[in-house]
Amino acid sequence: MSNKFISIEGIARHYPKPGGGRTTIFEDLWFSMPRGDFCCIIGHSGCGKTTVLNTLAGLELPDEGVNVVDGRAIEGPSLDRAVIFQGHSLLPWRTVLGNVAYAVSSKWRDWSREKVNAHAMRFIELVGLKGNELKKPSELSGGMKQRVGIARALSIEPKILLMDEPFSALDALTRGSLQDEVRRICTDTGQTAFMITHDVDEAIYLADRIILMTNGPGAMIAEVVENPLSRDRRRIDLHKSADYYPLRNHLIDFLVTRSKTFADELPAGYDKKRPPVVRPCAEPPVPPGDARKVA
Amino acid sequence: MLASLNARATLVSALILFAFLLAWHMGVQGSKAVAPMDPEYAKLMGLTATQGKSAMPGPIDVGLKIWEHLNQPFYDRGPNDKGVGIQLAFSLGRVLLGYFLAVLIALPVGFLIGMSPLMNRALDPFIQVMKPISPLAWMPLALYTIKDSAISAIFVIFICSIWPMMINTAFGVSAVRKEWLNVARTLEVTPLRKAFTIILPAAAPTILTGMRISIGIAWLVIVAAEMLVGGTGIGYFVWNEWNNLSITNVIVAILLIGVVGMILDQTLARVARIVTYPE
Repeated sequence: MSNKFISIEGIARHYPKPGGGRTTIFEDLWFSMPRGDFCCIIGHSGCGKTTVLNTLAGLELPDEGVNVVDGRAIEGPSLDRAVIFQGHSLLPWRTVLGNVAYAVSSKWRDWSREKVNAHAMRFIELVGLKGNELKKPSELSGGMKQRVGIARALSIEPKILLMDEPFSALDALTRGSLQDEVRRICTDTGQTAFMITHDVDEAIYLADRIILMTNGPGAMIAEVVENPLSRDRRRIDLHKSADYYPLRNHLIDFLVTRSKTFADELPAGYDKKRPPVVRPCAEPPVPPGDARKVA
Repeated sequence: MLASLNARATLVSALILFAFLLAWHMGVQGSKAVAPMDPEYAKLMGLTATQGKSAMPGPIDVGLKIWEHLNQPFYDRGPNDKGVGIQLAFSLGRVLLGYFLAVLIALPVGFLIGMSPLMNRALDPFIQVMKPISPLAWMPLALYTIKDSAISAIFVIFICSIWPMMINTAFGVSAVRKEWLNVARTLEVTPLRKAFTIILPAAAPTILTGMRISIGIAWLVIVAAEMLVGGTGIGYFVWNEWNNLSITNVIVAILLIGVVGMILDQTLARVARIVTYPE
């Protein structure tokens, strides 16, 4: 059971085409992840990554299939699943503390104001914004706003953290330090997280497993890549690991060529319900159970 | 220039005012003494005929009159002779009463229209037809059905201030950013709490803009409405002084109408600044 904390079971999503018919973004998508796992999903724009995340958040419901979290089907948005949006989506008329406290008081409706604020402050400190709690979002830099978004998401102590390209609008330095924060928080607390990204290095640094999605429409999960890098990896010396380049090349190779051609040349024995698991690493490759070997 | 922009603007304003007052003063000087006439006849004709004085009062006459009114704004010597303070208070009372009744209806209905695409489409034709009707066109209907001129005036204010508020509220509510609504959805916020903690603050600047337009229209309309219904109010005062041929009092009233209108507008502008959020 703990092996399938989140389970995506055969979901499909269609949009009506202008002039009749419908476009299938994806269908019969299967995937599961254990508790405490950090998963990144990468693929080109328009492949339906955000739609997958929205169905996990409950903001959209799949047309077919079902998402199961902790043994219960998702029927709508829930406080068990926090979302960090691409834009920071803070409420501009509230202060930093007000934004986080709003989430806290939504989760624990009978808490006193002091208790709510104390709880919110704990998470504002966690993301390193102590001293800024009375500022409005407009007074903060882009990175600080996103930190508030992270604090707000974590403050409701969700079962899953869902992130839709949370750092894509930030400059490289800020992005790096926020990746460090997120990784530290998620490993320290055993937070289960699901994240969309375009950034291969971000995925390598953060994710335990990386889901590769082919181009849409009709996108599918091509592979699940297990991250061979050690769990105590650090962002600054990722590239020193022997496994870094095999992994990175594998991901880039997928994004550049295989994401287009994968659907036309399905590998033998490809099963939508069990997408192949690969673990690209330096010689000698470690066989991950039933996975195929990838050069 | 070392002086700030504000100081320079004030200086230019003062110069314009001075030039205007000077031109006004020169313009109403009139000719000097005209042909001599019988003293009895001259008494009847007044200064206009005997000394060639212009019928239009000059700025000094008006200034003295304003001083006179400001010294005793609240005197009451019968139905046709009340201080401007009393008249303005009557007008303000009608405007505020009609306006707040309109707020009570316009904001909830605007919310409903903004939240529900169905109601938006269903109510749109009614609003589109009602909006361009001159509020004074309602007056006969109001007088006939309500049978009370005072309440009819309030009704006219109500009907003219309701539309801008309703339309702006609906627009503000429907234009609330999807991402803020998604925040509320992921936090499982109840609909009532969502309305007050997300939609209302997000739409508040737009709503206040509508309220500001409405109070301006209401203040425009009250003068005309009071000219029709009579009895009390600054509009009635203007018409009564016209019948008295006291142009000085008419000018004083015009100035006061402008000043009060500005105060109403600035009050709402200040509230709007409080609820506006920088993004």
